[in-house]
Amino acid sequence: MMVYIFGGRVGVHMQLNWEFMIESLPLYGAAMWLTFKLAFWGILFSLLIGLVFSVILYYKVKVVSSVILAYVELSRNTPLLVQLFFLYYGLPKVGVHLSETACAIIGLTFLGGSYMTEAFRSGIEAVGRTQIESGLSIGLSKVQLARYVILPQAFAISIPSLGANVIFLLKETSIVGAIALMDLMNVAKDLIGMYYKTAESLLLLVLAYLVMVLPLSLVLSWVERKVRYAEFGD
Amino acid sequence: MTHPEEILLEIEGLEKSFGDRKVLEGINLQVGKGEVIVILGPSGCGKSTFLRCLNGLEPVQAGRIHYRSQDLAKPDVDFREVRQHIGMVFQNYELFPHMTVIENILLGPLKVQKRSRDEAQRQAEQLLERVGLLDRKDAYPRQLSGGQKQRIAIVRALCMNPEIMLFDEVTASLDPEMVREVLEVILGLAKQGMTMLIVTHEMGFARSVGDRIVFMDQGKICEISSPEQFFTSPSTERAQHFLDIFQYDKL
Repeated sequence: MMVYIFGGRVGVHMQLNWEFMIESLPLYGAAMWLTFKLAFWGILFSLLIGLVFSVILYYKVKVVSSVILAYVELSRNTPLLVQLFFLYYGLPKVGVHLSETACAIIGLTFLGGSYMTEAFRSGIEAVGRTQIESGLSIGLSKVQLARYVILPQAFAISIPSLGANVIFLLKETSIVGAIALMDLMNVAKDLIGMYYKTAESLLLLVLAYLVMVLPLSLVLSWVERKVRYAEFGD
Repeated sequence: MTHPEEILLEIEGLEKSFGDRKVLEGINLQVGKGEVIVILGPSGCGKSTFLRCLNGLEPVQAGRIHYRSQDLAKPDVDFREVRQHIGMVFQNYELFPHMTVIENILLGPLKVQKRSRDEAQRQAEQLLERVGLLDRKDAYPRQLSGGQKQRIAIVRALCMNPEIMLFDEVTASLDPEMVREVLEVILGLAKQGMTMLIVTHEMGFARSVGDRIVFMDQGKICEISSPEQFFTSPSTERAQHFLDIFQYDKL
């Protein structure tokens, strides 16, 4: 495989250094594992927060709903980088010390929670009033109504946006290098800085993300088909 | 059954408004056990709202609804309990789209009434057999026709073993050829002595199934009479006018 870089009038060609790439693999492997861990916990907590918050918003619980709405606005209208800096550099000033990993997971959850809340909420709101009356008419309680009638339908409706959020959050982990975590992005930057092997490092970086995100995308569309089958057919 | 022996449901002076607009004014009605009441009236007369009040889907402002020594018009009624005895079927079927037919039917018996799966399943299958849809028990609602969905919705309500059934324009969304299969199910229930309140626009059906016709207009009951009397010589001008709308030869 050849990569040509053209500069000025003379075409300069550069061949990839395979040896370097193979030697760097363990570094990328470790970084992928870290990225995976951060994304896994961040996404899991985001989904839980989204589920709980959206139900609270749906039942219009006093005060709590207003707090959640304020959180959603704060979270969606500030960059993750700023949120991470706040957690990593700001909190220690008031005596709260968190590890880099904890900061990254909390930051990701803070960001993802609001996106998941909105995704679930749009699904819940799409379940018709008459479906709810139909559930009530057979004597279901509020909790049973949510569990058996509203949430399964809301989930099926929300799943494309939930899936998009999952992938978005996985990719957002690429900025945790800013708080000194050796994630994929940071490994690639380090290698470029130390060895000037820009093309090799970036190529490995792209491949590493693809290896993580592509299977995830496929799994998500499979889940989507499964969940939506009952309601929408094939 | 014009003089039922046992009064099951008694409504007195029921008032309901949406904001400033009164939709029900001083409704009085006694429903006897096994009686079939058909409620007729022009669109917006309050007949659907009336049924919804009986099932606690609409709060009321005044009046009383006596049922099982409770007053359903009070705000603190446990409608979860009441709804197990008063079943309701809606215009647009409202089956749960993510569940199969049998899951739709068993949700109430299993989760609300906590009955055993075997026993509830047996009853559900008997009911499905009766409406001719046992072979569709594992289908999803989207795979059924409108008439089939509505028959399933009726079975879902029946499987709770209700004492009273409310039918809210259950054939209004159906193609004409499917109306009949649904009405036949309701007619069968009437023959078995089920107490029913039926809101409909099917005049022929109203005449053949009803023990009494309740005619409503502008939130009030204008007249209550036997089907024979109502359809041949209604006592109010408004009812006569309403019936004329359905007589195309008078156009």
